[in-house]
Amino acid sequence: MKKVTYRNQFSKVLGVSLLVCLFFSANLFSQDETTSAGDAVKGKSLFNQNCAACHSLAKKMTGPALANVETRLAEEGLDKEWIYAWIKNSSGVIASGDAYANKIYNEYNKAAMTAFPTLSNADIDDILAYTAAPPPAPVTPAVATAVTTGDAQANGLSNEIILGALVLVFGLLVMMLFMVNKTLTRIAEANGIAVEKEASQKRTPIWKAFVKNQFLVLVSVIFLLLSGAYFAYGWMMQVGVDQGYAPIQPIHYSHKVHAGDNKIECKYCHSSARVSKHSGIPSLNVCMNCHKSIAEYSGNPEGPSAEDLANGYTNEFYTGEIKKLYAAVGWDEENQKYTGESKPVEWVRIHNLPDFAYFNHSQHVSVAGIECQTCHGPVEEMEIMQQFSPLTMGWCINCHRETNVKVEGNEYYDKIHAELSKKYGVESLTAAQMGGLECGKCHY
Amino acid sequence: MASNKKYWKSEAELNPNDSIVETLRHNEFVQDIPVDEFLGDKENLASSSTNRRDFLKYVGFSTAAATLAACEGPVVKSIPYVVQPESIIPGVANHYATTIANGFDFASVLVRTREGRPISIHNNTDAKINASANARVNASVLNLYDSTRLQGPTFNGESIEWSGLDAAVKKGLEAAKNSGKQIAVLTQTYASPSTARLVNEFKEVYGNVNHVVYDAISEDAALNAFQAKYGERALADYDFSKAEVIVSFGADFLGDWQGGGYDSGCSKGRVPQNGKMSKHFQFEANMSLTGANADKRVPLKPSQQKVALANLYAKLNNSSVGGELSDAVAKALESAVASIKKAGANAVVVTGLDDENAQAVVLAINEFLGSKAFDATAPKYTRQGNVKAVNALISEMKAGRVGAILMDGVNPMYSLPNAADFAEGLKNVGLSVSFSSNVNETSVVTQYVGAAPHYLESWGDVQMKKGNFALIQPAIKELFDTRQFQTSLLKWIGSDKTYYDYIKETWTANVLGSSDWNEALHDGFYAVSDAVVMESVPVVAAASVIETEEVVATTEIPLASALRSLASADTSGMELVLYSKTGMGDGQMANNPWLQEFPDPITRVSWDNYLTVSKADAEKLGFVNENVANGGLDGSYAKVTVNGVSVSNVPVIIQPGQAVGSIGLSFGYGKKEGLKSEMQTGVNAYPLYQDFSATQNVSIEKVAGNHEFACVQLHKTLMGRGDIIKETTLEIFNTKDAAEWNIQPMVSLDHQEVLATSVDLWDSFDRSIGHHFNLSIDLNACTGCGACVIACHAENNVPVVGKEEVRKSRDMHWLRIDRYYSSEDTFEQDNIKKDEFDGLTGDKGSLSGFGELEDPAVNPQVAFQPVMCQHCNHAPCETVCPVAATSHGRQGQNHMAYNRCVGTRYCANNCPYKVRRFNWFLYNNNDEFDYHMNNDLGKMVINPDVTVRSRGVMEKCSMCIQKTQKTILDAKRDGRVVKDGEFQTACSAACSSGAMVFGDVNDGDSKIAELKESSRMYHLLEHVGTKPNVFYHVKVRNTEEV
Repeated sequence: MKKVTYRNQFSKVLGVSLLVCLFFSANLFSQDETTSAGDAVKGKSLFNQNCAACHSLAKKMTGPALANVETRLAEEGLDKEWIYAWIKNSSGVIASGDAYANKIYNEYNKAAMTAFPTLSNADIDDILAYTAAPPPAPVTPAVATAVTTGDAQANGLSNEIILGALVLVFGLLVMMLFMVNKTLTRIAEANGIAVEKEASQKRTPIWKAFVKNQFLVLVSVIFLLLSGAYFAYGWMMQVGVDQGYAPIQPIHYSHKVHAGDNKIECKYCHSSARVSKHSGIPSLNVCMNCHKSIAEYSGNPEGPSAEDLANGYTNEFYTGEIKKLYAAVGWDEENQKYTGESKPVEWVRIHNLPDFAYFNHSQHVSVAGIECQTCHGPVEEMEIMQQFSPLTMGWCINCHRETNVKVEGNEYYDKIHAELSKKYGVESLTAAQMGGLECGKCHY
Repeated sequence: MASNKKYWKSEAELNPNDSIVETLRHNEFVQDIPVDEFLGDKENLASSSTNRRDFLKYVGFSTAAATLAACEGPVVKSIPYVVQPESIIPGVANHYATTIANGFDFASVLVRTREGRPISIHNNTDAKINASANARVNASVLNLYDSTRLQGPTFNGESIEWSGLDAAVKKGLEAAKNSGKQIAVLTQTYASPSTARLVNEFKEVYGNVNHVVYDAISEDAALNAFQAKYGERALADYDFSKAEVIVSFGADFLGDWQGGGYDSGCSKGRVPQNGKMSKHFQFEANMSLTGANADKRVPLKPSQQKVALANLYAKLNNSSVGGELSDAVAKALESAVASIKKAGANAVVVTGLDDENAQAVVLAINEFLGSKAFDATAPKYTRQGNVKAVNALISEMKAGRVGAILMDGVNPMYSLPNAADFAEGLKNVGLSVSFSSNVNETSVVTQYVGAAPHYLESWGDVQMKKGNFALIQPAIKELFDTRQFQTSLLKWIGSDKTYYDYIKETWTANVLGSSDWNEALHDGFYAVSDAVVMESVPVVAAASVIETEEVVATTEIPLASALRSLASADTSGMELVLYSKTGMGDGQMANNPWLQEFPDPITRVSWDNYLTVSKADAEKLGFVNENVANGGLDGSYAKVTVNGVSVSNVPVIIQPGQAVGSIGLSFGYGKKEGLKSEMQTGVNAYPLYQDFSATQNVSIEKVAGNHEFACVQLHKTLMGRGDIIKETTLEIFNTKDAAEWNIQPMVSLDHQEVLATSVDLWDSFDRSIGHHFNLSIDLNACTGCGACVIACHAENNVPVVGKEEVRKSRDMHWLRIDRYYSSEDTFEQDNIKKDEFDGLTGDKGSLSGFGELEDPAVNPQVAFQPVMCQHCNHAPCETVCPVAATSHGRQGQNHMAYNRCVGTRYCANNCPYKVRRFNWFLYNNNDEFDYHMNNDLGKMVINPDVTVRSRGVMEKCSMCIQKTQKTILDAKRDGRVVKDGEFQTACSAACSSGAMVFGDVNDGDSKIAELKESSRMYHLLEHVGTKPNVFYHVKVRNTEEV
């Protein structure tokens, strides 16, 4: 957790504004001079839109690494005009018999670069500016999180203080009672009233009295048995319920990084949830859609937070996991080629519905439009995926009782909805009213 | 007070000095107790440090450890694809069109695959020809996952590489070519244009190649007769839906006659429409499916059938040919002739007699009638076997003139009547190669065995009927190291083409014209349009030199002499009629437990073949059938001898309707080689199939012993309960009010007769909202073929329980087809007899009368009734379940929650239809039940959408709720209403005759709603008040006399 004082924040804001000022002045200055220097910020967004699928700054991917490409090409004796021509129509340059162009073309498995005739020279300049010196990452979000965490901590503290005060007050009360009692006894002694202690000694001990009272014994035995049964039942019902089951997976796949930080739609990877009963564990080729170009993790540019560090979730750790994926799918990073030697990943299945219960994802996801999080919980916050819901029949039934069927705009429901809502006298129907509690709907 | 009596154990004790007595007195056990056997080595035991206390400690520890270990749930692994194929979505089924052409069954089918595994076979309803999958075709998917399949090529039983086989075969073929000997290619009927072309190319390379086509069950007579008349070796095609009068002489055209596939056409004409339905006369010896469905069935020995056929021809021509017929037969023949004359071109005559003369006469009659149902211009190619060529080949082999023999799709060592000759000949052949998917009788005597793929792993093409082509495409990658025969031929002629490319080439050049290959492959079939004058695409390789001479020599069979020979057939003596059973066909699927357990539609016996004998003959020969105390059916054994060849220990079934003087025995059983011991059932009938004639003069005698049958229906008759199978005649149906022939049951309420349906114990649910599923079964269209039984097996993961369990009435079929015989000549007479019972004794006494009603008639009427869970709206099973495991759904289905069931079996006892099945054992994962569900390979056929039930729970037909739910979900996802015809159950989808129709009766425009309003509709046991969601349609017979 980051602990940032307000003084620090102030200085950072100052620093950022200073940087921005400098930046803009430089920009103005450069525009005055020539067209050679571009806008690196604009360049970054253009780079990410157009180039990042095949190029990275530091690494060879489908295409070569592009850091300082301009200076590198200048060393080869190629000027900016060549770069413009290449980007706008690379195959044309190759066809013209350009030596360097053909060399690159052959080096990268004769994969022709997509032509970008829509990019203007200014755009290309921007991109080149970005490749020459990437702008610093914005820092404001980190500050914001720091503030919120600070608040949360304050809350936790105050709770503890209140509790402590309460304990103190009760302690005082007990002491006061004791002292009052003592004083009263002393007063009584002073007034010559004898406190009868002998009588209490003659009385039968309480357990004997309890044993003698058969009715009480019976009642308490029944009570004990019933409560015992209640707790035993409660405990037994937990058998086979694996809520919170979070097994260690062969590859540390972080839903937090993918669904949370990068906001990837669940169904981008679990695509069969839309049409099939299975949500489907994505096949490795789906991973490679992105990971062909994302070979390294650079999620937190400031380095891992203290919590992540404690768990060992460093950038290097995540990058190592990506390498595991490459090994499994058989991707040769050096040559950007599949080796053909794949090793399927044996994931540990988390949600294990028994064979006799039929569940169809598409019914819930596509037809009912239920968010994945309703059953799977805040997956976007889970570093390690775990079973969020109990997946018991009672849990299913409750939801079917409470959830209204999404009938709007679905022609299938038109007739049955009109008839049923007339019958029940309601406007919206729950899944239960639609017949969603019948045994055979899930057990066959 | 203690007694002083002394009990003497033996006389020896009288002698006080007897040493034996003395010894016995000291030794309580005469022999040492064999402790060694269970405690192991005595010395070891004595020196063992484990004492009793330690032992108990170990027991205690292991029990505790096992208990603790059980607390932890198992870790389930999920392994996704590395690269997911584009067409596969886990959890969603794919369908591919393909064709089965295994030499016996030919059908265009759809294969349903899940995650790339074929799990069931469906009818390809778009195809025009042979679009109906019969029981065997439905079951064929299980053969794919047979763990006893050959997993690679072998040489003398040892595994080898394909490259080694190729080298050896090429060498052998070259050697045969150089020595000038013949190279024989002995194959099944392919009817494949590409294979024919390929064999011709093979001939070009190796010269003296003789391609012999061999059908285990031959249609040689019909082929010869057709060839003589029309010049092409093929079979006339028949469209029975166009026939108003059908007269059949021993043709089981609802079964496997001439390649089968005629049942759906026939059924179309059997449903009364506008007051009309076809009239069907059947003259036959065995009780066949066709005979059971006929309006008029005449039991007749094959020889007498010949006489009758000759007489029919003569009568149609107003002449006479002689020959003796009994009065009853003559009368029936007269009536048939009258019907044919009246119908004219709308009549058709068919025969299944293995006699060229008979076949020629039938062709002549149909020509002469100009029968609309008869088609000789576009004949069928599904049988090509040539008896003469096969016999010639065997003699050539014996003479040592055959240098090499290549076999595919045939098992001559099992199915040849003269298998011994073949074996002898094989010894003189330099190179023998057979292609087979399993070890069989032939593969064990050939040198090289090529492991052949299943048809769902192969490419191929078929021309089933002239101008109608179909494609075979693989639905799964080859599971084992197999290679099909055609690919091998391509290799051996030195071609580097794949067979797929080869087929595509053939089709582009000869078949498709301007049509698209991909479209044809997608559809699975391609029909040349009628307008196009089509050139014949050969399906048989050009005949070799020897054959051609014979073909040229063949001339049209002179009718006059044919008739004379038919009319003068010798009708004395006992005749054997060999037939193919609905479940087993020619026997190539004997390793399929679904088919083994499939009860024969007629006898209802599973796991066996048997001799069918008429009651009169059984009495004469001393054969008995009896139901023994444990509920099983037992029968005598017989020894059957044909021309000195005997088959012994053939179990006997007394078959009502069997022509006196004839006996029947089915092919396909008695296989031993390569089969699991459970699957080695029945006796082999092929040795009796001499000269490839299904009819033989025979002598039989009784032999000692009793055979235990596994028969699922022990009671044969309806006992006059006409409300179970309601039936009427066409005349009454047309002229009288429905109330008279579809009688509604009445009950007494407050001493008033009221309709049974008007009285109710329960409050009714509102069923007008949403879907309400009903299943309609038309008893007129149902032929009893049993395709639905197997389709249900595949769809619902129904386990196979084995012969012993079936005998104990523990069969698990969710859908059964009850078969009933009439006790009098007709069911109507049974009803009358029962109604007229008067008192206990006397002429019309019920005591003796009911006993008589239990016996089926000599030639009974037969009725089939498929019965599955009736999904009663007021279900008796639901009210008695103590744990509410079975409950009713609003959509009309009776649900069964297996996980809730505790197995009290109250429901089964309270079910009036007896459709509930109890899992006595764990049938999966259990080696006691070695029927493919116990190994990983066999489990691949399991439908993932249906629970595999465990021991101790009830199960029953669910009305394929997994299918209806799927249909509903698809509609919801697409945001549309469900179209009529979309809802299907496995049985209704498999029913090609249109007998079973499924749908939503709340959809007013649907077919099922219309059928429910029909005047023929009735419910089973309506008076019980169960209000079933399955309904039947009154059977209408086209008979005058009732």
